[in-house]
Amino acid sequence: MTAPTANFPGAGALRETGRLFALGLDTTRMVFRRPFQLREFIQQCWFIASVTILPTALVSIPFGAVIALQLGSLTRQIGAQSFTGAASVLAIIQQASPIVTALLIAGAGGSAICADLGSRKIRDEIDAMEVLGVSPIQRLVVPRVLASMLISLLLNGMVSVVGVLGGYFFNVILQGGTPGAYLASFSALAQLPDLWISEIKAVIFGFLAGIVAAYRGLNPGSGPKGVGDAVNQSVVITFLLLFFVNFVLTTIYLQLVPAKGM
Amino acid sequence: MGVEVVVDGLSKSFGKQTIWRDVTLTLPPGEISVLLGPSGTGKSVFLKSLVGLLKPEHGRIVITGTDIVRCSEHKLYDVRKLFGVLFQDGALFGSMNLFDNIAFPLREHTKKGEAEIRRIVLEKMEMVGLIGAEKKLPGEISGGMRKRAGLARALVLDPEIILFDEPDSGLDPVRVAYLNQLIVDLNAQIDATFLIVTHDIGTARTVPDNIGMLFRRELVMFGPREVLLTSTEPVVEQFLMGRREGPIGMSEEKDAGQAAAELAALRAGGSSGTLGGPKGGGGTGIVPQLEPTPGLPIRRAVERRKDRVMQILHTLPPTAQDAIVNSLTREEQQHYGVFAGATQVQPPVQTATANHGPRPTPYPRTADLPQTEWQPQSGALTADDAPAAAPEPGRKRGWLRRGGEK
Repeated sequence: MTAPTANFPGAGALRETGRLFALGLDTTRMVFRRPFQLREFIQQCWFIASVTILPTALVSIPFGAVIALQLGSLTRQIGAQSFTGAASVLAIIQQASPIVTALLIAGAGGSAICADLGSRKIRDEIDAMEVLGVSPIQRLVVPRVLASMLISLLLNGMVSVVGVLGGYFFNVILQGGTPGAYLASFSALAQLPDLWISEIKAVIFGFLAGIVAAYRGLNPGSGPKGVGDAVNQSVVITFLLLFFVNFVLTTIYLQLVPAKGM
Repeated sequence: MGVEVVVDGLSKSFGKQTIWRDVTLTLPPGEISVLLGPSGTGKSVFLKSLVGLLKPEHGRIVITGTDIVRCSEHKLYDVRKLFGVLFQDGALFGSMNLFDNIAFPLREHTKKGEAEIRRIVLEKMEMVGLIGAEKKLPGEISGGMRKRAGLARALVLDPEIILFDEPDSGLDPVRVAYLNQLIVDLNAQIDATFLIVTHDIGTARTVPDNIGMLFRRELVMFGPREVLLTSTEPVVEQFLMGRREGPIGMSEEKDAGQAAAELAALRAGGSSGTLGGPKGGGGTGIVPQLEPTPGLPIRRAVERRKDRVMQILHTLPPTAQDAIVNSLTREEQQHYGVFAGATQVQPPVQTATANHGPRPTPYPRTADLPQTEWQPQSGALTADDAPAAAPEPGRKRGWLRRGGEK
């Protein structure tokens, strides 16, 4: 780039972060640029959904179960069995479900996006597209990021349902909890904003996973090994970012939305 | 008529590594230019800078009044519509078949109907000989076909400037010959500005109007083809001959002393000028340029170039001047007021030449032959060569002389 290259410790990391943000901004701007690549968007949605649905469902069942079992034994010790359902629903919907979704979007969808863009880049396809006067961000990145956001949102719903069902199964059938109490306590602690924050988180995580994958894919090292490394890094970077952003969002949410009184 | 590309004082580096610096050249409109250079001298980087994919640190690239190094993204996309670029491996979109690949720019940038797109695409595909392969995916065809498909895609928008990144790499000699002919034919038909980046000497000798060469992070020279083809610059000579002896080493460049010693040994052996070096190398002198296939319009660039070159003739090296004058017909020589065999007639333009001694033979090294052992036996030949040899040493470069003393 034309900018003078500063050389102090950490300059490289700052530069990369800046470029990642720049790509995020460019992508957001290009979302509104016509013509929208509907075909590409649908293809990407289908692709991401097909590689993530099954693993997500398989992960969410034991996830719900673990939470239910843990809470079940805990609540029994302090004699608050009636709140088992409430607590597990809260944990699954607010925390577990967006994270599980995002990890799988990043791990399965993001790595595929990164590898796809990376191999196009080293074959000069991206350069060729730019020379032909077509912005690769508008043409390739925007549909992928939007697809990963949409699928993330939908998957989040699925994970919530499957997780709660898994929790119900383990708590009621295996630990001998009361079905009525479990269901009735759902609304004791949980409230509608919990569902909103869950979906908002999922969308934001989907966006992050898409942007990081696209960024690493568009800037791979040289040769096929560079693409492999880029895929690896994109997954690791996304995971780190996700947990950090999750922490920030949760803090903000807990400050803004008062917990439901008992 | 194509667009002029002015490159002024361009420098590019990646981190601390300088790729090339202070490159200044002008691609004359409508003419074919070739940029030569050993592998790894940044030829492809130069090409990518020309289309704005890489941003050089210093200098300007001016195309139709826009400096594409500093202009906005929006303007850059506008300027890029003037370009057609053939990437090294064709750079086709792997997910589309050949037809969609070639139709891609039309669908993106024009409002043409599907029937018209089909007509244009098939016309370009026929031009590059790919009829019948429309439905193939890029992964299913050979490298040569990919290259030709890439060329067809570069052509569909009728570009004003066409850049070729090593059009000959990975092709057999026959296909290279066809491709070279295709390039000349295209130039005759669309009169666009062409820049070919290559290290194929055969292409460099026969196709272009102008040749430049990159070496040691600099543009060694750029000018009318005669300048480079008659040059006695050691790097240029070594490259044109495709031989090991000279400043270019396996890893970019060589120790100067070693290069000089090699050249001295080469001269002692007296075996310079052999034909048949690798990659079209070997042989000296100027071979005729390729002509467009009969039936096509004449290349308008040829006339324009003649006028342009005759205007700058006095600035060129004497050997190149002679070669240019000799390439003109008698009428043209009269028209421009120059004469062949200038050393005898000595018209005003040629005085500079006369001061530089006699015209070098196509084999400049033979001037040194009298020093070798077998030479004295063929007495007649020595006598003939002696006068020609006399002024030679004065023109030799410093490092050559040093090598000779060893």
